[in-house]
Amino acid sequence: MALLEVKDLKTYFSTGDGVVKAVDGVSFSIEKGETLGIVGESGSGKSVTCLTIMGLNAKRNTISSGEALFKGEDLLTAKPGRLRELRGNEIAMIFQDPMTSLNPVHTVGKQLVEAVQLHSDMSKQQARARALELLKQVGIPRAERRIDDYPHQFSGGMRQRVMIAMSLINNPDLLIADEPTTALDVTTQAQILALIERLQAEYNSAVIMITHDLGVVAEIADDIVVMYAAEVVEGGSVDDIFHSPHHPYTWGLMGSLPRLNTDVDRLAQISGQPPSLLRPPSGCRFHPRCPYVMEICRTVDPELKPVPGDQNHLQACHLDEATKEQEAARLLGAVAGVS
Amino acid sequence: MIRYIIRRLIWAVALFLAVTVIGFVLFYLIPADPAKEACGKACDAAMVARVAHYLGTDRPLYVQYLRFLGRLMPLSLHHGLHLKSPNLGQSFVNRQSVNSIVASAAPQTASLVLGGMVIWLLIAVPVGILSALRPRSVLDRLSMTGVLIGISAHPVWLGLIFSYLIGYRLHITPIANYANFFHPLVGQPGGPVQWAYHLLLPWLTFAILFAAVYVRMIRANVMETMNEDYVRTARAKGAPESRVMFSHILRNAMLPVVTMLGMDVGLALGGAVFTENVYSLHGLGFFTVSALNTYDSPTVLGILVFATTAIIVMNLIVDLLYAWIDPRIRLS
Repeated sequence: MALLEVKDLKTYFSTGDGVVKAVDGVSFSIEKGETLGIVGESGSGKSVTCLTIMGLNAKRNTISSGEALFKGEDLLTAKPGRLRELRGNEIAMIFQDPMTSLNPVHTVGKQLVEAVQLHSDMSKQQARARALELLKQVGIPRAERRIDDYPHQFSGGMRQRVMIAMSLINNPDLLIADEPTTALDVTTQAQILALIERLQAEYNSAVIMITHDLGVVAEIADDIVVMYAAEVVEGGSVDDIFHSPHHPYTWGLMGSLPRLNTDVDRLAQISGQPPSLLRPPSGCRFHPRCPYVMEICRTVDPELKPVPGDQNHLQACHLDEATKEQEAARLLGAVAGVS
Repeated sequence: MIRYIIRRLIWAVALFLAVTVIGFVLFYLIPADPAKEACGKACDAAMVARVAHYLGTDRPLYVQYLRFLGRLMPLSLHHGLHLKSPNLGQSFVNRQSVNSIVASAAPQTASLVLGGMVIWLLIAVPVGILSALRPRSVLDRLSMTGVLIGISAHPVWLGLIFSYLIGYRLHITPIANYANFFHPLVGQPGGPVQWAYHLLLPWLTFAILFAAVYVRMIRANVMETMNEDYVRTARAKGAPESRVMFSHILRNAMLPVVTMLGMDVGLALGGAVFTENVYSLHGLGFFTVSALNTYDSPTVLGILVFATTAIIVMNLIVDLLYAWIDPRIRLS
């Protein structure tokens, strides 16, 4: 049984202007100890998917449907009390902006102790000892003194480490990291990713890494899900996606990556703008921007189907197999020698 | 921290001196002669001159000011250096010591203001928080309408309506006057119960305006804080809503309330003039107004000194309190 299995997840927000279909039929699964990368542009629905799974979206104007089976238990229909038991305990989440994700009026130690005491019967001293242990593990220097400092006394990278400590302090089976390094500089980014990888191995947690940075997923993910306009357009192992991409959007993403060995005046881009989720395009949502668009693309939304010969590699595109393999080869040939 | 406190104290002293100088000068500029007022209509020039000499108003302005300051200081240089109690002077009108006027008036104003503060907080905090939790609901719209009425309605108008309806017509509370908590005058009501009973309507009247302002502010602060990232983090940790509300949201949203509270109470201690007037509470505001009407500058200045001191002290307390509860300020 997969650790987390998401089936046809939909999250709609009803607003004054209409219904925003932020997540419209997303499915994926992740096994214990694996890393799944969810890749997509801003507004593709990556964060909303995970917030819905965690139950952090339940507001009056939100409608969710589908299933999110965590060890067989459907999180979408679980009682709020049950979700609270799981959150911070078996499923943990870290967020994008470390500068604002910690409460400024409580010490870091107090917030870590809170995370422990919410889910266990440990005394304050025991919880504090555990907090100190985690702070050392995430690499905070002089942790014995820093544990009583306030968030504003830490740098951004340090705060993100504290967030990671807070999320792993109860040995979660699943860690959802929502763009944890986007707000950090490149050097810190590398350190944080290395830290996540190391702790993941130590705690044997599964990690869902949400990001728009292909470099990050290339380094850390076992499997990748590519999202566009609230839907999954392609999914597979990191090898599949990087060496044999099967969707024009994925080709566009790969093609737009800058290469160190070429000298171009302009970076390649995918023409057009991400679509409105209030009134998404008919048929395939990528068709207004797709260089390979056909008549059928405008009317029929392609289903997510396996690539012939590889059950685990899924893609949603009307193009025939031959064209896809040809285009993939051409794209990768153009950047041969780097990947 | 020590340097901060010393700096604040020096600033407080400078502020105090500035306020007293301005007060003094303003009185000097009023084209009314206190000696003449005190003497009365039947006085001739010679008698007025004698009164002026007695009151001290025939000296130059700076001499008068320096004597005023000298009286105020707790130290005295007469017959060697020794401590004395600060003397606010004597009323021009009835030679009553201003110290005693303030001593009788201050408790009434303090009772009104501090009790009113408790009432307005008891109203504003729950209503503000509930409105923020359910924006645009019926409760929210009702409370915002209430806020509008509370801010627009004049305390005198409100006070008159309350005292007429509730005091006079329905006989639920007394109409006016103050009941002394500790030392009732002979024949007057006194003691804690009567004290509170007589203050019910004044408290209500006084509190409505502030409650309205604070409901608005608390609602806005809570709504803003609810959307902060660290609130989401708290929920992601699995904290129950009660904990999220108290330990995370309110702990942050209420910080500005502390500052405003200090300032408002400090200001109001200078004399809640309208409310005192309507309910015949002989507090500082009441005496200020009557002293102004009779050009009684020592009384006005004495009350001014007291009020200024109260405001400065309250602001200092608020600053220190804020530094204590907000670590970002404490450690910068």
